Amino acid sequence: MKALALAILGIFLVVLLYAEGDLPDRGDPEAPASMHVSPYYIERSLSDTRTPNLVTAVLADYRGYDTLGETVVIFAAGLASALVLLRGRGNRDT
Amino acid sequence: MFEEFLGRYPYFMTVILLAIGLYGMVAKRNLLKKAIGMSIFQSAIFLFFIQGGAKWGATVPVIDPQRGMDPAQYMNPLPHVLILTAIVVSVATTGVSLALLLTIYQRYRTLDEKQVLEEARRKA
Amino acid sequence: MIHRYQGVVVELVSRAVVPAIQVFALYIITHGHYSPGGGFQGGALLAASILLLRFTQGRKESYRRFPPGAGFALAALGLLIFLLVGLASVARGGSFLDYAYLPWPWASPETLRYYGILVVEAGIALTVWGTLVVVFDQVGTRTRDV
Repeated sequence: MKALALAILGIFLVVLLYAEGDLPDRGDPEAPASMHVSPYYIERSLSDTRTPNLVTAVLADYRGYDTLGETVVIFAAGLASALVLLRGRGNRDT
Repeated sequence: MFEEFLGRYPYFMTVILLAIGLYGMVAKRNLLKKAIGMSIFQSAIFLFFIQGGAKWGATVPVIDPQRGMDPAQYMNPLPHVLILTAIVVSVATTGVSLALLLTIYQRYRTLDEKQVLEEARRKA
Repeated sequence: MIHRYQGVVVELVSRAVVPAIQVFALYIITHGHYSPGGGFQGGALLAASILLLRFTQGRKESYRRFPPGAGFALAALGLLIFLLVGLASVARGGSFLDYAYLPWPWASPETLRYYGILVVEAGIALTVWGTLVVVFDQVGTRTRDV
């Protein structure tokens, strides 16, 4: 069991270290992640929303739908933790 | 050599953290330790995303009138947004997993994976 | 886990610190347009202040300040605010969550987006606050009778 876990871990490490070679260097301004939509957010946010903090503008305005989904997930998680424990208390001795 | 390391070290650190988290999830038999491993795994992914937003010579993504609106002057705000929500969601889901662990403990009086499975099979 | 802390220093200092944390959380929520901050961070701070009450003031006092059921109400209220802001912009013919179509026709679209973001952040903060306190109340207070 322990040997199997270590073997899985070894394969995981080899795969990740191999895949790491394709990623851009840290702090590279030309990285693909910084070239696609993020320049639009940086250039337009102040004139679109009067909000200097780009994170807030993207969080609540450009990607408000995503944030709504996350809020629903948080609410559902709170309800779920309460419901799970209510059930666990009811049939403790079954 | 050092330049190479400077561009690559976040990935090595992330891979090490991911491996620690995966080891916790796969090898440990205590369910609470598995949950801790999952938390470490999540944190590694957060760090990976956050460092993807960094740019050399850029500042935090708050528009500074003296710096202008040049995209090269500000870090990528998108990973910050995604991880900001993901951190809070991970706290809430950790709460759910702790609640599940509490119910398991109340029912089987143990958190050991093997004993829980045995007990469940015996009761079924 | 919830019991009155046996020590006058901890009790008095926590009493003084809790309102300060809450005011700072309000600052973080409302100043999120100009500095790092916003609904998630401010909500987490508000929840932390309630958790500090729970840790130091004992069950009776802290439940009087923040009843255990209030977390659900706050979380639901926050989600409702978020959804209503989204639907209000649909009602004037915009897309869902496009704050430029909020029902105040005399304000410019940028101003409407500015205030739309503020209201939505407040809703997020309420949801995060309520949920974190609920999770603590559910998980933290049951450990005694395990």
